[in-house]
Amino acid sequence: MKYFGLKVHEAHKLIKDREISSEQLTKSIMDRIEDVEGIVHGYVTVTKEYALKKAREMDKKIAEGEEPGPLSGIPCAIKDNICTKDILTTCSSKILKNFKPPYSATVYQKLEEQGCIMIGKTNMDEFAMGSSTENSGFFTTRNPWDPARVPGGSSGGSSAVVAADEALFALGSDTGGSIRQPASFCGVVGFKPTYGRVSRYGLIAFASSLDQIGPITKDVRDCALILNAICGHDPMDSTSVSADVPDFTRFVDKDIKGIKLGVPKEYYTMQIDDSVKKETGEAVTNLANIGAEKVELEMPYTAYALPAYYLINPAEASSNLARYDGIRYGFTYEDAENLLEAYKKTRSSGFGPEVKRRIMLGTYALSSGYYEDYYLKAQKVRSLIARDFDQAFKNCDVIVTPTAPTVSFRTGEKIDDPLMMYLNDIFTVPVSMAGLPAVSIPCGFVNGLPVGLQIIGKPFDEGTIIKVASAFERMLALDKVKPLFGSYVRGGA
Amino acid sequence: MSYEVVIGLEVHVELLTKSKIFCSCPTSFGDEPNTNVCPVCLGLPGVLPVINKRAVEFAILSGLALNCKVNPRSKFDRKNYFYPDLPKAYQISQYDMPVAEDGYLNIKVNGETKCIGITRVHLEEDAGKLIHAENGDYSLIDYNRTGVPLVEIVSEPDLRSHEEARVFLENLKRILQYTQVSDCKMEEGSLRCDANISVRLKGKKELGTKTELKNMNSFKAVQKGLEYEIKRQIDSLEKGERISQETLRWDEGRGLTVSMRSKEQAHDYRYFPDPDLMPLEVQQEWVEKLKGLLPEMPLQKKERYITQYGLPEYDAEVLTFSMDMADFFEDCVKEYPEPKVVSNWVMGELMGFLNAERIDITETKVTPLNLAKLLHLIDKGTISGKIGKTVFEEMFKSGEDPEAIVEEKGLLQISDTKELEKIVDEVIKINPGPVEDLKSGKKKAMGFLVGQVMKQTKGKANPQIVNKILRNRLK
Repeated sequence: MKYFGLKVHEAHKLIKDREISSEQLTKSIMDRIEDVEGIVHGYVTVTKEYALKKAREMDKKIAEGEEPGPLSGIPCAIKDNICTKDILTTCSSKILKNFKPPYSATVYQKLEEQGCIMIGKTNMDEFAMGSSTENSGFFTTRNPWDPARVPGGSSGGSSAVVAADEALFALGSDTGGSIRQPASFCGVVGFKPTYGRVSRYGLIAFASSLDQIGPITKDVRDCALILNAICGHDPMDSTSVSADVPDFTRFVDKDIKGIKLGVPKEYYTMQIDDSVKKETGEAVTNLANIGAEKVELEMPYTAYALPAYYLINPAEASSNLARYDGIRYGFTYEDAENLLEAYKKTRSSGFGPEVKRRIMLGTYALSSGYYEDYYLKAQKVRSLIARDFDQAFKNCDVIVTPTAPTVSFRTGEKIDDPLMMYLNDIFTVPVSMAGLPAVSIPCGFVNGLPVGLQIIGKPFDEGTIIKVASAFERMLALDKVKPLFGSYVRGGA
Repeated sequence: MSYEVVIGLEVHVELLTKSKIFCSCPTSFGDEPNTNVCPVCLGLPGVLPVINKRAVEFAILSGLALNCKVNPRSKFDRKNYFYPDLPKAYQISQYDMPVAEDGYLNIKVNGETKCIGITRVHLEEDAGKLIHAENGDYSLIDYNRTGVPLVEIVSEPDLRSHEEARVFLENLKRILQYTQVSDCKMEEGSLRCDANISVRLKGKKELGTKTELKNMNSFKAVQKGLEYEIKRQIDSLEKGERISQETLRWDEGRGLTVSMRSKEQAHDYRYFPDPDLMPLEVQQEWVEKLKGLLPEMPLQKKERYITQYGLPEYDAEVLTFSMDMADFFEDCVKEYPEPKVVSNWVMGELMGFLNAERIDITETKVTPLNLAKLLHLIDKGTISGKIGKTVFEEMFKSGEDPEAIVEEKGLLQISDTKELEKIVDEVIKINPGPVEDLKSGKKKAMGFLVGQVMKQTKGKANPQIVNKILRNRLK
């Protein structure tokens, strides 16, 4: 039987009713990986034996009478920047190609405790720096909708394997759009929670004040289930917040009559493909048709978000990535004559070009004499952007924008032009700068490629986002549309 | 020409918390290398710091003890630099918003009190320790010390000689020990001192070019290092040379300062606020509560000993050197209210034995109560002062009660006149020479005869009574 196409809540029902075992489900996923991974290249590591062992253990518990929870026995994929004890965690970087952490990230511990079965670790742009996975130190992941195109990034592997049914769900991380943009490109649901909602302990830091872990799922209900599992205060993370975590599934399949949809005009006047603009515009109309109220907004600081982001993010990254010196773990350049050479050779051969670019930018932005003009100024801009959102949310409940200005582009199309690549994040970055929650859900297709709609919420109001996203999903039923691998795949899709 | 020396100190002090500043690893000294470590203090990918409340408390206490203003809000910053003993390649420190600032410490040099400004007290984490192979082929790293909480205490450039610097450092050490935030053992590295030094012509307003001197690992090294560097700078100026701004290392073995790096080679630490830690909010109530926990400081205690107990300044100074010593003294005085007598015994007998055995007052078996008992025994004439010293030695060795020792060893003083008369008569009989001398007015012979009686009684005779009998017999 082919179970790989199931959603989390569907699989849960079958496991609960003892109709399938976790082992059957896991094996089906493994078969699927065998069939399509040669095209998708979404996984850096597939933990087949580990997964099957865990699945059998879960089945045994269920056979012994344990009532399976919503995630018991559910196979999932984990982005390769989330630490998993004794299992390779590489950040898709040569400098960590052999790194097996001696501890697990809090999120992974939580998933394990709830019975999730980890299938493998997914490919990403090196250290999460990029929007296409082309910056992976190992290989490029392909978009299941068109393998000549990129899956987006940096959580490109996580998004692609969910879209290709190689996992029931995945965890990604989002710094400036790294969950939402690839979810948009791959036609899946990608949620970035409020900064502080999910523990960052064990997430290999890129830009600490922006990084946030979130789920990538096949539909909104699954997304709510995973948020239930991973949100909450963690004493190991001083920036995690002890706000109440509601049952997010309560917001699924609810009426959205009277919900005020903010539509900021700035997001529709920036560089954006006409077709994407049209699809998102229609989405807003559709939402209005089922009772939401459209509110026009002005958010004047939006345009400054990207330049400010590209100072704060490299500045923090330059410090966070300084520890990779080849002395204690990871890649070491063996033939250095002295300490300085060991540092230089290890780092210059271990890191890829985009990582080096950000380290250099960040080091410069923090240097004495430049700090005030760059880093400090960027932080001030950041406050203004947050204020923009505060103002906007006085008049609306959620803000709706495109997730990305284009659909998925061809592999190689933008890789030589970093600025073009950075512009991919133009709609997602302001949200990250303000620390707000946002989802990307599929809202249509352009030339057979998915378009994503970004729904942004107030701080810690993930619930309202889910409510709107769920209503929208029910209306268009795009979660039922899947990429057709056709002749690419042995045995068909 | 006459020069004025300007010195400011930067003192790093390890705090006596049980666990490290950002994780729960123990802070114990001298354990097997790399055993007190975890992913957090090793700075493994993905870990995050969580501040130890006790470390903040100790930093606030340090600030209060140095008369600083405790900031209601301070923050942590990253100090970025590469070195193998620094596993994250940045040290979490405090750059522009320290826990406490704007304090002072009074020191007394050559009888004059001088107020030395304390610029700031801030919290930071310690780095690991490198152990270099003798042949220079490799270095080993011990990360046990990584993440041990430190306070850095920065003084104003108010010190005018190496002598003042030494006294300042000793006072600082004593204050922090009193406050019980650190054991301040320079030899174990729990107190480390760097100095900024410059000299200028007397009367000049602007400061001369300064050098920073590091690696002074003992009080003696601080004194010698500063002395050397001051002389070096003055000699250079005398020769018409310029002082170059640089960081120097004190070479203890060779007894000179060596350049580590010039101003041009100085690090740009690229400080920025650590995004992994929230700013530190300190409620005034907490500060008040901690203020209440502060002990009397050494200088005040010393003054009080002089006025309240009428002790000479020297005694007061020595007794207040450590709080444990001072407590011992005062506990004893409570039971035996003759402060000078107690002081004499503590400074003479007790410290003598402590020094000889190289142990600390906290390790002695003698209790203040037992010393008081001993002094009462002497007062009551139960034993002589001389026997008292023997008893004390036994108390020091065994920790036993003095009464029990006196009884056990039969050391009771002989005050029985009849018994003593017998002994005196015998001494007179066998010492006709001295007896004659005494009779002919040679007073010295009296001492000899008393001594003979004491010898016969193994020191147990009551000397006053012996004197009286002798005088009666030889009238």
